[in-house]
Amino acid sequence: MTSPLQQKIKIAGPSVVTANRLGDGAVVYRTARHQWTTDIADAAVVSNATAATELLTPAKADGINAVDVYVAPVKLEDDRILPGNLREQIRMRGPTIELPYSYGA
Amino acid sequence: MPLVKGSRIAADTFTRVEDDAPIPEQGAVLVPAARFLADAAELMQRAAPVGVIWPNNMDVSELVPYLDKLALVALVFPIFRDGRAYSQARLLRERYAYRGEMRATGQILRDQFVFYLRAGFDAFDVVKNADAAAFEETAKRYSVFFQPTGDGRLTVARSRLKLHGHRDPAAKRVTV
Amino acid sequence: MYLYDEFDRTLLTERVSEFRGQVARRLSGELTEDEFKSLRLMNGVYLQLHAYMLRIAIPYGTLSAVQMRRLAHVARKYDRGYGHFTTRQNIQFNWIKLAQLPDAMADLADAGLHGMQTSGNCVRNITTDQWAGVAPDEIEDPRVWAELIRQHVTLHPEFSFLPRKFKIAVGASDHDRAALRIHDLALRMHKNGAGEAGFEVMVGGGLGRTPFIAKTIKQFLPVRDVLTYIEAVLRLYNQYGRRDNIYKARIKILVHDKGGEQFGKEVDAEWQNIKDGSLALDKDVIADIATRFQYPDYEKLLDNPPELKAAQADARFATWHANSVSRHKQSGYAIVTLSLKPIGKPTGDCTADQMDKIADIADRYSYSEIRVGHEQNLVLPQVAQRDLPEVFKALDAIGVATPNVNQISDIIACPGLDYCSLANARAIPVAQEISKRFAEPNLAKSLNRLHVNISGCINACGHHHVGHIGILGVEKNGEEFYQISIGGKADENAQLGTLLGPAVPYDDVVDAVEDLAEAYLALRERPDELFIDTFKRVGVEPFKERVYATR
Repeated sequence: MTSPLQQKIKIAGPSVVTANRLGDGAVVYRTARHQWTTDIADAAVVSNATAATELLTPAKADGINAVDVYVAPVKLEDDRILPGNLREQIRMRGPTIELPYSYGA
Repeated sequence: MPLVKGSRIAADTFTRVEDDAPIPEQGAVLVPAARFLADAAELMQRAAPVGVIWPNNMDVSELVPYLDKLALVALVFPIFRDGRAYSQARLLRERYAYRGEMRATGQILRDQFVFYLRAGFDAFDVVKNADAAAFEETAKRYSVFFQPTGDGRLTVARSRLKLHGHRDPAAKRVTV
Repeated sequence: MYLYDEFDRTLLTERVSEFRGQVARRLSGELTEDEFKSLRLMNGVYLQLHAYMLRIAIPYGTLSAVQMRRLAHVARKYDRGYGHFTTRQNIQFNWIKLAQLPDAMADLADAGLHGMQTSGNCVRNITTDQWAGVAPDEIEDPRVWAELIRQHVTLHPEFSFLPRKFKIAVGASDHDRAALRIHDLALRMHKNGAGEAGFEVMVGGGLGRTPFIAKTIKQFLPVRDVLTYIEAVLRLYNQYGRRDNIYKARIKILVHDKGGEQFGKEVDAEWQNIKDGSLALDKDVIADIATRFQYPDYEKLLDNPPELKAAQADARFATWHANSVSRHKQSGYAIVTLSLKPIGKPTGDCTADQMDKIADIADRYSYSEIRVGHEQNLVLPQVAQRDLPEVFKALDAIGVATPNVNQISDIIACPGLDYCSLANARAIPVAQEISKRFAEPNLAKSLNRLHVNISGCINACGHHHVGHIGILGVEKNGEEFYQISIGGKADENAQLGTLLGPAVPYDDVVDAVEDLAEAYLALRERPDELFIDTFKRVGVEPFKERVYATR
């Protein structure tokens, strides 16, 4: 999971554009309408480099709502969009360990 | 790119001369380092002021023979995170006693103003207009300084000693 | 305790005000992320996987009870009710919102706390022995020197944009508890033939991608020269350290490329220009700083008082006492280590409630003082021995009295992939599983002193190179694997570990550690021969055979 922040666009399968929200660092995904959402279910899924670039370029240009924008792999299962690797799973679901205090979302 | 000098926006009286361009007869000129070293004898004969742009990977001790006659040394911050020119600035001011204009050029942003001033810069090629306009206010941001540098600001150690009734070691020469 | 004065407070207020302006400029779009990133980093603000992380410096590991309560307050008000103590005597909050950061910093500044220079390419928090000022074997309190250096490098106008970060540690004991030799620059106080105290200066230590043990460039530096000499080192580094490749930018590469001897000569040449200048330390300046460290007015007490003797009848107390209580320089007193490594829990984490209680206990029993060590445990530095039974009860009630200090479950671990955007693999769950496997107290005790250090990536925040057993998380084809090394140590005889063999998958790590422990039990000559000494005697091969025999 070499830092994906500087990756060139090379897509092996279905992918989304993701980032962290500027105000609180929360993980966000780019929608087909070029907005940010915290729900991966609303993310636009792309599967080739051209489509990924089209989604990524305006997302990166938005320097005020989200930062550290990059393309991340996803898995599609029964029409659900799931994170494509452990790093993305942890970004979406939080640490895999029990936190000292459990707080609501 | 506004020039800030004497805490306010000022006109730049120096003309930048490229490596291969002829040196104008009249007026203040700012010359790249290699050109300066090649033509130093000639340049030093000029009646009008001469300045040099000194890159951050060249030893400033090479400038020592010319410091009396140089009107401007422009040091370079290619990115604001590259801090080599801070050392050059302090050496020029504090070790080699350079008294002419020392200008910070390159990626010059508001949040470094206090560092530049403390290192001995007195002129700034500021990238953003808003930063240049905020110079005076930003320069006053801090009132507490720990390091004795050539800018003469009172250090905390000295203030404390005075406060606590010790003799003041102020007379000691600043050296870098 | 070091007493902050009006100058320190003014600086922090000015700093918070500046940062508040910077955050506002970022949120309005006036600053780009690239411009803002360096500014936030210089205030200890990182963007991690899930949120912003705020790193607060605990200079030389000393906290007052008031400061500890303030950390608890910040954890509760701005975060999720806990903090994480790091290997560099810092604390991290993992869930802070950018817009709230200036308020959090203002609250911290009220108690003299800040995040200045806990990140970025500047001189970082100055660290030292967590037993400073109370250790029986120390020459003098190294914190006086750490504080002099701290002040000198705070917002240093020449050295705030170095090629890379610069970590300084100071020690003054025979036994090195501050991991001096893995720092960019370390000072070890010792005495010369004439009985004067001075410093051995070491440079170019560090872990990460290219680990090095620091090289001694000055055997004896008089104390008056500490700041001038550091200035000379930093000036050379600022000008000649590599800036073309982030992985080669630390001073260790410069020192290695030139050789320690040559580097030392160049430092000396630069130093001659400045050694008698305004940074040479006056006796008055040293005395002024030293007098602002307050020491307890110790009572005249005898060692091993009746209260302590009586409590030894309680087996749980006796076990804890034997493990977590150490000798103090003052008779009748003790140094108490608080384990932040409860079995099966994240290493180094502390909840706001625990922080508040620890502050209360420190007020009552330890002259209101708490220390933080690089092993990610806390210390009550000055507890009267007669109070130990009550202190044990109070600590046990909040879960910080696990008697596993220096044992196999006293693991150093970085946050790893559970939090960190740089990580390749998780570290905390591995530490949790190891501690559960060795939870049985007699088993852990039989293994003697055994340091397990875990990092989730090559940057080595978990000090894996210098663990007796070091574990490094790597990623292979999307799966977590772990490279295991043995034989590293961070003390006065610091050395880097030896790689055992091919990386093992996540599910095999704990088994491999158990294999190493069993190999040690079988190989050691005597029950009190430490793992590290067995390794020194027999080398890596017998351990390697054991671990890979069935893999």
